[in-house]
Amino acid sequence: MADTLVEVQKQEIHGQDHEHHDQGFVSKYIFSTDHKIIGMQYMFTGMLMAVIGGYMAYVFRMQLAFPGISVPGFGQVSPGEYNSLITNHGSIMIFWVAMPVLIAAFGNFLIPLMIGADDMVFPRINRLSFQVFFISSVVLLISLFVEGGGFGGAWTSYPPLSANADYNQTQLGASLWLIAVALEFVAFLLGGINFITTLMNSRAPGMKAYDIPMVCWMIVIASILFMLSVGPLLAGAVMLLFDQTLNTGFYDPARGGDPILWQHLFWFFGHPEVYVVLLPAIGITVEVMATFSRKKLFGYKLVLYTAVATGVLSFFVWAHHQFIAGIDPRMANVFTVTTLLISVPIAEMLFVMIATLYGGSITLTTPMLWALSFLAEFLIGGVTGIFLGASGADIYFHDTYFVLAHFHYTFFPIAIIGTFCAFTYWFPKMFGKMMNETLGKIHFWGTIIPFNFIFIPLFVLGMGGQHRRIYNFEHFPEIAGPEYFQLREIATIALLIMLAFQAVFFFNVVMSWWKGEDAGKNPWKANTLEWTTDSPAPHGNWPVEDLPTVYRGPYEYGHPDREEDYWPQNLPG
Amino acid sequence: MSAKPATQLTAPRPSKLKPAIPSGVLGVLIFIFTEIMFFSGLISAHTIVKSQAAGQMWPPYGQPRLPVGETALNSLALLVSGVVLVFTWFAFKRDPERARIPLLISIALGLVFVGFQGVEWVALLSEGLTMQSSAYGGFFYLIVGSHAIHAVGALIALIWAYDRSSKGRLTSTQLGTVSAFWYFVVLVWPVLYWQVYL
Repeated sequence: MADTLVEVQKQEIHGQDHEHHDQGFVSKYIFSTDHKIIGMQYMFTGMLMAVIGGYMAYVFRMQLAFPGISVPGFGQVSPGEYNSLITNHGSIMIFWVAMPVLIAAFGNFLIPLMIGADDMVFPRINRLSFQVFFISSVVLLISLFVEGGGFGGAWTSYPPLSANADYNQTQLGASLWLIAVALEFVAFLLGGINFITTLMNSRAPGMKAYDIPMVCWMIVIASILFMLSVGPLLAGAVMLLFDQTLNTGFYDPARGGDPILWQHLFWFFGHPEVYVVLLPAIGITVEVMATFSRKKLFGYKLVLYTAVATGVLSFFVWAHHQFIAGIDPRMANVFTVTTLLISVPIAEMLFVMIATLYGGSITLTTPMLWALSFLAEFLIGGVTGIFLGASGADIYFHDTYFVLAHFHYTFFPIAIIGTFCAFTYWFPKMFGKMMNETLGKIHFWGTIIPFNFIFIPLFVLGMGGQHRRIYNFEHFPEIAGPEYFQLREIATIALLIMLAFQAVFFFNVVMSWWKGEDAGKNPWKANTLEWTTDSPAPHGNWPVEDLPTVYRGPYEYGHPDREEDYWPQNLPG
Repeated sequence: MSAKPATQLTAPRPSKLKPAIPSGVLGVLIFIFTEIMFFSGLISAHTIVKSQAAGQMWPPYGQPRLPVGETALNSLALLVSGVVLVFTWFAFKRDPERARIPLLISIALGLVFVGFQGVEWVALLSEGLTMQSSAYGGFFYLIVGSHAIHAVGALIALIWAYDRSSKGRLTSTQLGTVSAFWYFVVLVWPVLYWQVYL
């Protein structure tokens, strides 16, 4: 009797032991509730999807530059397959790469570590979020192999093409695509609730609103934007799914519906979505820039308020995607004004980055190179957006390669440069090893230079009036001059070079993880809290009795009264 | 944020952060904001399609009118259920034991509402109003059906709360979380009724 009592007491004590017990492989890496493991799961799933999306880009660019050839690793590309490839390339890169990696992976990994919490507020909801996301990826991949092939109605999925299997010829593919997208949104809803609540309620003692590292703010503002914009799209997606499967007529004008309605619901989400992925990338960039120029972030509050203003404005610009969809021209005027207005806060953030760099002691490490290239490349994307935001010019540019080049100049810096910047910067904290700098720089230049060679020719093609949804330009002799084919070939060859250089990155990751130098706690001499714990951080992040306390803001570099040029947030003096 | 003077090298240890809203309630509030936007999407879609209806005929020719009067009475049951839940909250604050009966009344009224909506659907289906018959029918079942799913979900949460309270294990955060969601279901309904039925 006494023995059992002691057993029970022991168990109770063990139960209170803050879950620091040993875990098996499956519970540690597959069904983990640890925010760091969930972040890694998101990141590796996202990177796998990026490889798939990159492969799709390779196949359809080969078809565009050399129409009709048998693409190595794929074969002949039929028109249906071409449509399916571009649709799923877009969907994957936005919903299964940019969002999971930038927001979910880094949000999960960074927010608790940077605000000094042991985990998210709702760890099990967090795990559910990844599981739903994983299922959505599987559903999307299955949709590519069902009868009739994958959905081919572009990632915007406009009805009536997407609503009726008589038009799109992909009965199952279209529905599975839509279900996958909806599941993915559910996953990010669960994740976003976690991010916002954790930032509000789990900060370290002493961390006031203006002591929160900017990247955490940015991910949380992005999550709020996502929460507020996704509802109408989910409503529209349910209606589209019913049109596809239950034969309703929400988007069918013959039965009293309205096809333009979907465009409004889609872009009401779709435009804030651009800022949902942009803000975390900006947060990552300013974090890296402040660390490697050893200077305080210029205008912390300015950046924060600007991000909020961008978020508010982003809800009033959606119709600039529909200037030629038959909307009222007076409405187009209003949306032109709001669209040009939103370039002001974004320009402000780029100026803040330049002001942070100005006069700093800059070290050109690999993450810093990525951060600087974000500034340069995103600027081109932003400036070309002005042409498209003006409704008069947009009538000529709409659905040409100019649009395509424009949004790749924004999304590539966001999703690819932003990810590489964050990954190379926080790699020591994730795996406890330093990455190889030489290989990192080779990979950097091997990515950035070909990237410009892909998309600058496409700007020229777009200004020449080339439509972006043509499968084989040889079918249109009047716009298929040899000079255009040369530009397309340049773009495709540059893409092949860029994809080849990604091998350097994967080699670098594997080699550094395996044989890299030990990183120590704080290899970059940075201030934020994640650098005060071991690399990699243990389960629970810090010892339970020794959670960090915050005494100052995150960017106190180069303080005149201190010997070291950095001043970690957790030091009392 | 501002640089501290050199003399002040040690600061007093800051105290632990006290959340203004408990995490569970905050989480469900954020979820409710998303839901509000979801219903706004449905309502604005409905309004646009209604305003473009052929010949301004709404309901379209050959489609039955919705039962405005009966549903108004039924809506009252839902609103009363919400009010009773407010009393449940105050009763719970005084004595958790005394919250059980108002909670039960609130759940019962909610069940009456959902049950009566189901009866109404069967009647409308027999009169020829289906999701496929027109955009009017489609929107009716979509919007009211979405609300019904939310109502059922919230009722399950309330029944779970009742089960916990009968075991004496209901905390105020738990009650606050499930109540917040039920208030949302109650308060969104008058807007839907106004837009869809009237």
